[in-house]
Amino acid sequence: MIVGKVLEVVRAPAQVLSKPGAVVDPTDPEIVQLAADLVATMRVSPGCVGLAAPQVGVSVKVFCVDVSEHPKARTKHGTFVLCNAEVVSASRNEKAREGCMSVPDLTGDVKRASRLVVRGQEPGTGAEVVIETDAFEARALQHEIDHCDGLLFLDRVADAHALHARKTYL
Amino acid sequence: MPLLAITVLGHDRPGIIAETTGVLAAVGLNIEDSTMTLLRGHFAMMLITDGDADAATVEEALGGLTADGSLSASVRVVPAEQVVSRGSAYLLSVHGGDRPGIVSAVVAEVAKVGGNITDLTTRLAGDLYVLIAEVDLPASADPATLQTALGAAAATVGVDVTLRVLESDDL
Ligand SMILES: [Zn+2]
Repeated sequence: MIVGKVLEVVRAPAQVLSKPGAVVDPTDPEIVQLAADLVATMRVSPGCVGLAAPQVGVSVKVFCVDVSEHPKARTKHGTFVLCNAEVVSASRNEKAREGCMSVPDLTGDVKRASRLVVRGQEPGTGAEVVIETDAFEARALQHEIDHCDGLLFLDRVADAHALHARKTYL
Repeated sequence: MPLLAITVLGHDRPGIIAETTGVLAAVGLNIEDSTMTLLRGHFAMMLITDGDADAATVEEALGGLTADGSLSASVRVVPAEQVVSRGSAYLLSVHGGDRPGIVSAVVAEVAKVGGNITDLTTRLAGDLYVLIAEVDLPASADPATLQTALGAAAATVGVDVTLRVLESDDL
């Protein structure tokens, strides 16, 4: 039984967030541990629905997602981790305002596909997984795959006035 | 040193931002937040800067930009402020035939309930007038009641109005 450790989440402008992560061997025990660490870190972060390895300072293509509790999710696959994930098909763009734990003081309006097919590998077995999803889970997957490719939502903001300061709540 | 609020307004042409920011860098100012757009074709830019130059020095340094009269620049000291939320965020959209008083009629309803506008754009395109605003509503304001009041105010100036929740999702 692998126990995940809670890792520190790095913030932009950390270099690791801006470079493409390396392709991994999903059966590598270190990757299996990292997968557990990502899930553990996501769990203790309020409102967090996904976390990618570069966000904990590891430049590889591994992320976890869990949108089960999110009101905008339709299709939900629970908690899962994908290695070396890539988008197979994407359609029906929708614009929404998103934020990121690694960019805590800003939000941005970003167009993302609301219908999505993603292919990746499961940590441990290395089994190929195809996830077909929509709505909020699709948005979360694209956001995390972007992290694994060294992209932030800042790279996809819809226009020059689509970047917003996150307000301080009194 | 105190923060400076700098505005540059006037006839648009390529290179204004490059020249302005070049001057600011040369006098040792760091640009914090800035926004720029074209208003009816006019260049309009506002910046908040931090650094070791006083307002008079900066205004003088921008003299080359304003010398021919096509641009005006102003510089003044401002205090530090925080971006504070005063409630839940809503997006207000208004559109309809152009006529005097649309903006004031609509935003008066927002002000009446203590709503705070944090972002605003209006555009006139032919006869079509459009207003988009982000509004923070305090807990004491009922959005449904405001929507009704906005609808009534909008009707008096012949425009349509919608108010919807503005959410952002953390990923
Ligand atoms: Zn993120």
